[in-house]
Amino acid sequence: MSAISREDLVHLSRLAHIEMSGAELDKMTGELGVIVDAIASVSEVASSDIPATSHPIPLTNVLREDVVGQTLSIDEVLLNAPDSDSNRFKVPAILDGE
Amino acid sequence: MVNNLVSDLIRLSATELAAKLRAGDVTSVVAVQAHLDRIAEVDGALNAFLHVNAEEALAVAAEVDAIRAAGGAEAEALHPLAGVPIAIKDLIVTKGQPTTAASKMLEGWMSPYDATVIEKIRAAKLPMLGKTNLDEFAMGSSTEHSAYGVTRNPWNLDRIPGGSGGGSAAAVASFEAPLALGTDTGGSIRQPGAVTGTVGVKPTYGGVSRYGAIAMASSLDQIGPVSRTVLDSAHLQELIGGHDPKDSTSLPKTLEGLVAAAESGATGDLKGLRIGVITELQGEGYQAGVQARFEESLELLKGAGAEIVEVSCPNLKYALGAYYLIMPSEVSSNLAKFDGVRYGNRVLPEDGALTIERVMGATRAAGFGDEVKRRIILGTYALSAGYYDAYYGSAQKVRTLIQRDFDAAFAQADVLVSPTAPTVAFELGANDNDPLAMYLNDVATIPANLAGIPGITVPGGLSEDLPVGIQFLAPAFEDARVYRAGAALEALLEKSWGHTLISQAPAIDSASIAPKA
Amino acid sequence: MSNYTDELVDFDVALEKYDPVLGFEVHVELNTKTKMFSDAPNAFGDDPNTNVTPVDLGLPGVLPVVNKTAVEYSILIGLALNCQIAERCGFARKNYFYPDTPKNFQTSQYDDPIAFDGWLDVELEDGEIFRVEIERAHMEEDAGKLTHMGGASGRIQGADYSLVDYNRAGVPLVEIVTKTIEGAGKRAPELAKAYVAAVREIVKNLGVSDAKMERGNVRCDANVSLMLKGADKFGTRTETKNVNSLRAVEHAVHFEIERHAAVLDSGAKIVQETRHWHEDTRSTTSGRPKSDADDYRYFPEPDLVPIVTTAEWVEELRSRLPEPPADRRKRLKADWGYADKEFRDVVNAGVLDEIEATIAAGTSAAVARKWWMGEIARLAKAADKEIADLGVTPETIVELNSLIAEKKINDKIARLVLEYVVDGEGKPTEIVAKRSLAVVNDDDALGKAVDDAMAAMPDVVEKIKGGKMQAIGALMGPVMKATRGQADAGRVREIVIEKLGL
Ligand SMILES: [Mg+2]
Ligand SMILES: [Zn+2]
Repeated sequence: MSAISREDLVHLSRLAHIEMSGAELDKMTGELGVIVDAIASVSEVASSDIPATSHPIPLTNVLREDVVGQTLSIDEVLLNAPDSDSNRFKVPAILDGE
Repeated sequence: MVNNLVSDLIRLSATELAAKLRAGDVTSVVAVQAHLDRIAEVDGALNAFLHVNAEEALAVAAEVDAIRAAGGAEAEALHPLAGVPIAIKDLIVTKGQPTTAASKMLEGWMSPYDATVIEKIRAAKLPMLGKTNLDEFAMGSSTEHSAYGVTRNPWNLDRIPGGSGGGSAAAVASFEAPLALGTDTGGSIRQPGAVTGTVGVKPTYGGVSRYGAIAMASSLDQIGPVSRTVLDSAHLQELIGGHDPKDSTSLPKTLEGLVAAAESGATGDLKGLRIGVITELQGEGYQAGVQARFEESLELLKGAGAEIVEVSCPNLKYALGAYYLIMPSEVSSNLAKFDGVRYGNRVLPEDGALTIERVMGATRAAGFGDEVKRRIILGTYALSAGYYDAYYGSAQKVRTLIQRDFDAAFAQADVLVSPTAPTVAFELGANDNDPLAMYLNDVATIPANLAGIPGITVPGGLSEDLPVGIQFLAPAFEDARVYRAGAALEALLEKSWGHTLISQAPAIDSASIAPKA
Repeated sequence: MSNYTDELVDFDVALEKYDPVLGFEVHVELNTKTKMFSDAPNAFGDDPNTNVTPVDLGLPGVLPVVNKTAVEYSILIGLALNCQIAERCGFARKNYFYPDTPKNFQTSQYDDPIAFDGWLDVELEDGEIFRVEIERAHMEEDAGKLTHMGGASGRIQGADYSLVDYNRAGVPLVEIVTKTIEGAGKRAPELAKAYVAAVREIVKNLGVSDAKMERGNVRCDANVSLMLKGADKFGTRTETKNVNSLRAVEHAVHFEIERHAAVLDSGAKIVQETRHWHEDTRSTTSGRPKSDADDYRYFPEPDLVPIVTTAEWVEELRSRLPEPPADRRKRLKADWGYADKEFRDVVNAGVLDEIEATIAAGTSAAVARKWWMGEIARLAKAADKEIADLGVTPETIVELNSLIAEKKINDKIARLVLEYVVDGEGKPTEIVAKRSLAVVNDDDALGKAVDDAMAAMPDVVEKIKGGKMQAIGALMGPVMKATRGQADAGRVREIVIEKLGL
């Protein structure tokens, strides 16, 4: 498995919604390359006949009855809102206006 | 005289303090105030607390005192630990106190709800002293990655207190609190416990509700107790454990008999107990002093009647790799919610279009520290198209292999034992430019998280005047076993030394540290 | 805007050259009491952000818990669509950033949907049956609601900012995905409409969704591609998102076929992209091309555990299935004896339930049809409402009908009474009493009115005596005037004949 390229990192930072400067991209490209090399060995040991474990303790059918519970008050909802308007969260334009 | 009494008070274990409170020898208000005074005295040097909750803690203490003074049914119904103060890792959400996860992202955030463990602590009326420092979003092994400054090791202020729960461990080790809550995703309770000479337990996955613990890696995270004695941790786990309908992964049945197991272990009799020494978690890579303390402990355990067997878990060599794929993958998704839309500090991009996408990007760039960003990007990579099978998929298979290794080991042994961490506390800044070296600190603790099994660390002596921790592991649901073995080793060591390890900690020289800005 | 001027090829011309290939993703909002993963109310139309818990806001530390009823409703939908029910399935996270998605991932199902491999027989307008294969039906959660502010149109394009209401965030959804549908030919638009109508009917019949398309309870993404006749490879598809009425589904498929044909005829390639439907211009515009940002990084939801469906559970649910709508229609048509056209009109008017209930309450099939398809339909049209929303109940019809049978009112007054019912004045009997609308057939009063009329018109009486029975009509005017129009004409005629001893 090849290490992460700087181009990969540009793509990843966009997927992760973390803006990065050129210097940050350079630094992290190197660091991640080292880490990925160190952990890539897992793909060697894991053959196809081994089942995956996504939960350490196997439970099934943890289900909730369909009964209404306590909701937050509107004050609690908006308590930490960076911006709001008429009891809704306000966000900048989704599409670029230009 | 009074001063002596008060300074003695903070050195009591939680169990001892609880007994004095119940007997009416001391009030909770006095006990809480003694701890607040201690925080005022030493926390300028340690920075274990991000927020001190003095007013509310004293109010809860006064309430407990009033109930006890009035007597009757209500006093009878009080939890045995009522009135004993506790510190809370700032990854666990609390109403009325800020919760930051040691991140700028959540600076000033006030949770409108309590974590389930906090509801239990409130119901049992343990005064909460405040919120303790950690590596940002629990990512780190040194508490150097906090947005609010490093926490220092009470044994040596130039050393790390471990991480991510360095604040809780340092608070308990420095007598700022007899009890604390931690969270353990890859060792964040046990490794700080080891390097601060305290006790910490990661319960069986699902043994304690995760509702209200800010998720780092959902399939690995577990809340657990931090204390100075094994018995105290047992009491605290019994208080916070049990099924929670708000956490789908919480165990349907409460793990029981923990206090009883700790009490029985403390007799020092281990006849019939088979203890497996994990070949792969000792020797090479472990400091000589750590290895020496570990071997001394084995001798004591053998002397107490335990049968020591050697077990091999060959796939543990892949544990670190699997962990550093699964954890960041889950991190990348769990931390996506921090986007500056609903809460948290919104940061606007310095130039270009002001779209929500860019605001999210700028908010997350400014709000997250380097280690958090590194893990988010690594996880995004591991999950991305074309890499999932090789990385996340393979890591989950390794998880199966490690579980199988443990199953085989537990067929031969009732508990497994290893050093908790490969080294004693390293110097602040030592791993600043080497994330990989930092990750190696968790090599002995990570396997338990991958397998979901319980683990405890107990103080095992000193090396270079710094604490060494000994870890016991048990099969899932068998938390009682780690308490029994841990309490036994604790008793055997204290008997051999003639004192507790923590009593040997040097006085904290606040003057040697520049006060916090 | 520029895309509105896309060239089109006439539909029939396009279909001579190309075969359309369709595929649908229909999202159905379940009408559970609470959300998919939280116990917040699942309710429409409440004040913004009042139906949210910490879970629905994606606050730090929260965890999801699956709604059992939502799982059962999903299984019911799967069974009604003739699907296999997964013995074991789980949830996955679909990671993408969008402000209406509080966690910035949607909890959905990925490679193990709860239901798969089904089919649905869709009846076209002429009664032909077209079988649509169902690939899967999976559970997921809805997003919050964005309102785009500023700009000209309220659309996302050109908006200055947006407001987010998370009341809808976390509402349980079942997404029903078809396999690719070939062979519809020029009936593709009609099939599209009929398919969505059939899904809507099924979920409504199951009682698991309010199924109101105008409220977004049922939303359709329509995939369209064209392949040259005789070709063996599918063309590139476009996905027209969130088409929210049956008519729009039909029109959107029609439009995309014409547009694709024009693009392909010009030698250009279809871009794989999402398209937005515009009801005003009955056209689609380009949305977002598929890009590497569509890397959703699915992985198993670690906060939720798998669902195992035992045979007992599935069979218990199967026993709850109501009669399938198609079977029911066949049965009712035979029972009621309606002609093909009559029955189809009843179905299209959406009053099957009402007519069934009216008949069950005691009227004949013919009378029930007469009322629902006649006067009630007329009133609904006048009020610009769905018949079912007019407020007329089967009991109203039964009551009106017995008032007529008892000769308390005549047909004309019955229609008047119905209008008053629609206006909310109460039940027919109450209205008749309150407004004194009862027909006068009290023979004393009527007899006196007849006597007075005959006394005033001796020449008419002579004509009647002479055998000119139609002259009785001349007496009606004064009699009706005396009784304020409430005399029963038939009875008046009888009294006249009696009095004259004819
Ligand atoms: Mg879709
Ligand atoms: Zn969907």
